[in-house]
Amino acid sequence: MTKFFFPLILFIVLAVFLAIGLTRDPRAVPSPLIDKPAPAFALPLLSDPGQRFDSKEMRGQVWLLNAWASWCSPCRAEHPLFVKLSRSGVVPIYGLNYKDEREKALKWLRDLGDPYVATVSDTDGRLAIDYGLYGVPETFVIDRNGVIRYKHTGPITEEALQDKILPLVKELQK
Amino acid sequence: MRRFLLVPALLLLLLWPVAIAAKEAQPLADDPVLELRVMALAENLRCLVCQNETVAGSNSDLAADLRQQIREQMKAGKSDQEINTFMTDRYGDFVLFLPPVKMTTYLLWFGPFLLLAAGFVVQYVYLKRRRDRASEQPLSETEQKRVETLLRDG
Amino acid sequence: MTVVPEIGQFALILALLMAATQCALPLIGAARGRQTWMELGSSAAQAQFFFVAVAFFCLAYSFITNDFSVLNVASNSNSLLPMNYRFAATWGSHEGSLVLWSLMLALWTVAVTLFSSRLPLEVRARVLGVMGFISVGFLLFMLTTSNPFVRLIPAAVEGKDLNPLLQDPGMIIHPPMLYMGYVGFSVAFAFAVAALIGGRLDATWARWSRPWTLAAWCFLTVGIALGSAWAYYELGWGGWWFWDPVENASFVPWLVGTALIHSLAVSEKRGSFKSWTVLLAISAFSLSLLGTFLVRSGVLTSVHAFATDPKRGVYLLSFLVVVIGGSLALYAWRARRVGLGGKFDLVSRESFLLSNNVLLVVAAASVLLGTLYPIFIDALGLGKLSVGPPYFNAVFVPLTALIAFMMGLGPVARWKRQSLPELAVRLRWAFAASVATALLLPFVIGEWKFKVSLGLLMATWIGTTVVLNLWRRIRVASSEQSIVKRFTSQSRSYYGMELAHMGVAVCIVGVTLVTGYEERQDVRMNVGDTATMAGYVLRFNGVKQVTGPNYTAVRGEVEMSRNGEFVRVMNPEKRSYTTTTESMTEPDIERRFTGDLYVQLGEPVSGGAWSMNIFYKPFVTWIWGGAALMALGGLLALTDRRYRVFGREPRRAAASQADEVKAAPERATATIEES
Repeated sequence: MTKFFFPLILFIVLAVFLAIGLTRDPRAVPSPLIDKPAPAFALPLLSDPGQRFDSKEMRGQVWLLNAWASWCSPCRAEHPLFVKLSRSGVVPIYGLNYKDEREKALKWLRDLGDPYVATVSDTDGRLAIDYGLYGVPETFVIDRNGVIRYKHTGPITEEALQDKILPLVKELQK
Repeated sequence: MRRFLLVPALLLLLLWPVAIAAKEAQPLADDPVLELRVMALAENLRCLVCQNETVAGSNSDLAADLRQQIREQMKAGKSDQEINTFMTDRYGDFVLFLPPVKMTTYLLWFGPFLLLAAGFVVQYVYLKRRRDRASEQPLSETEQKRVETLLRDG
Repeated sequence: MTVVPEIGQFALILALLMAATQCALPLIGAARGRQTWMELGSSAAQAQFFFVAVAFFCLAYSFITNDFSVLNVASNSNSLLPMNYRFAATWGSHEGSLVLWSLMLALWTVAVTLFSSRLPLEVRARVLGVMGFISVGFLLFMLTTSNPFVRLIPAAVEGKDLNPLLQDPGMIIHPPMLYMGYVGFSVAFAFAVAALIGGRLDATWARWSRPWTLAAWCFLTVGIALGSAWAYYELGWGGWWFWDPVENASFVPWLVGTALIHSLAVSEKRGSFKSWTVLLAISAFSLSLLGTFLVRSGVLTSVHAFATDPKRGVYLLSFLVVVIGGSLALYAWRARRVGLGGKFDLVSRESFLLSNNVLLVVAAASVLLGTLYPIFIDALGLGKLSVGPPYFNAVFVPLTALIAFMMGLGPVARWKRQSLPELAVRLRWAFAASVATALLLPFVIGEWKFKVSLGLLMATWIGTTVVLNLWRRIRVASSEQSIVKRFTSQSRSYYGMELAHMGVAVCIVGVTLVTGYEERQDVRMNVGDTATMAGYVLRFNGVKQVTGPNYTAVRGEVEMSRNGEFVRVMNPEKRSYTTTTESMTEPDIERRFTGDLYVQLGEPVSGGAWSMNIFYKPFVTWIWGGAALMALGGLLALTDRRYRVFGREPRRAAASQADEVKAAPERATATIEES
């Protein structure tokens, strides 16, 4: 009469999966771009729209790309960490200004500090789509060969910096 | 010269009321036929910033941008499959509401069918075994007649 | 600042104590044969209900009087909120909806104490005991992780307001109906567990369970239909079902509940399927609980999901393991004692009903699989996946077709033994009529489409077999009776079934026609522009600013005419509520029996014009009309004279006499089995 145990066993299996499910975040979307080449771009600079920044210039360096906008409050929350990081000079940080107004973005940087070597303007959000961006802020770690090695969704925290981003950067810089 | 202008002037005068009368509302999209195709595809894509809404239905900026992307790609002649690949290359399988048929989704896609087949097989086997097992004591004549009448009435 | 919230909190604690008493005393009493302990179960249950009701009223009072010193009120209400929504906001949050859950459970429990005079004392005691256990679980959940009476000190000056999407009459009725359904399955669950504990499971068990299950099923049907109707006009795209995880969480128990009422019918009439029916009874409520878990734990994303906290997820999962795991373990241990029941052939009404069960359970399992699959894949570290409407439609529609096919065969087949050729002969005209109608009707409506034809075939098949069945019954009934008498002598249970099945057919017609023939136009309208849709002419006359009690809105003025005659002015709105930044669209819908004209105001576009979305939804109200018929059918079946509790002892109807005779061979069988 083992057939009567079948529903119980099925339920136990389900409960185990649900328990594991409780530890996961259903809204976190892993990026399919990890370990793939970062989409190349050449976009106008925020500071001087007449000039362009070409991502190919970064070959041979490890760098961070941080997507932000002046209308985004979590970006404001994470910004001091970037300012601090830029002062330490460990890794160059480039900004991607997402769907913003130039004046507002420049004022934001003036008020809060500008940790970026340069910031590019992605006013229509097309580059963001290529990077699989679905909100701001998001931060990418890109290696010497132009390959994306890590993506952090949401504002970066001290823990994320210390535990994941900085060790990875050090590793890549060897 | 005046006679030359008379005909066009008359025509203008005749058509003027028609020109200023309320007109039929224009479709919002530049190309309504294409738009139907755009929306059909967008209906099967998840809007990542919203909880469980489609790119077709969501009011968010990202959804509007993605719809624009789809529109442009369709105009450029890309197929539905190519556009879906474009999206999954950037956002992963999570963005598709129709899960692809891969190793990891075999259970999902074939599960219901297998379950149905199993259900009927089990039912058949069970009923056969049941019929073979249970045996009846014969009923008396009157009981038999009564049973038949009642069964007929359902 | 009043002391009402504290009274409410105290009431919850007392309710918990009463529930614990209601659980422990009768169960121990039944095990030890202590009569007084068993009898105390009813009193404890009634006391529990009293205290839960007090707690509910305290919370509602806090909302109605805008007591922003209560955190729940401050987070979910606002002084500008109209009174009826302030009341509905009582259950607009996770904590508040749990109070509603507990109230519903206490209500069902009290109903059991009032309507179970014919149950043997030990059965009633065990049923109350099991329900008490569940009450304890929910009350403890509230008191430990989700207290609705937590204070906010210092009190907020103003509340954050109820989510604008919920400021709607739907909010007042949909959750209570839904919860009455979900929670109502706990009665069938309790009966099943009580029977397993007591080791007694016979046709009378099925007879006791059936009305309770039917009642719960009716409420759940209405609850789900209301949710669908509400989403239709609230969410702005005229969609009525999204296969959203939370929707599925209510649909899966409904499917299993439907299987259960059919299975109970067989167990009651023929004494067969008992162990299977018990398993279904346990499953229906377990799935309700699973749904509760899914919605409140944060494992799934959904428009409907409540805000989450890991502690809650852990508690609920543990509760699930105890209740579901416990009952399934009990089942595994005791089910074999249940016995075989009446004999029937491979082809018989019993076997058709069994197939119906298989199909419904497979449908439920498939929907559950699709809903939970993303969790499985994520838990296994295989990435993130989405399972959406395209999957569910692909799987569910074929199953519905099979179910519809069975629905034609089952009621016409004989109990015990049915020959297939005879069945085919009986049904040939119904089949021919259905095929003919299904093939021709689409041409009449507009355009022939395969899917429409298929859907219509399902619906007409069900419809014609219902009529055929009724005709046969009337014809076969004693010719001494007048025609009218022959109609009235059929049981309510029979009419209930036919009505409910018709409801399914009507619903399928609605779904088929709206999916097949709906139209949409997205237009830009300047003042004076007209648009035509399905014979209606809409003329845009501009917009106006209006103010509501807690919102300002832009209201479109759209003159609607049909066949050259003015009908009315439609007023689609875009509302901005004072407390949130997003705007909400309120479409205006012209509802007719044969279809809805659905007009939605869009955005202002260049040149002073506005974009508008105009939809035509043919026969969409038939979807919910069908559901209403289903619920009415269930209600009718519920009032069958077999189940009358009040008044005189019910007359020994032909049905119960038949039971006696049918029970005879069954008793003989059972004896042989046991020896």
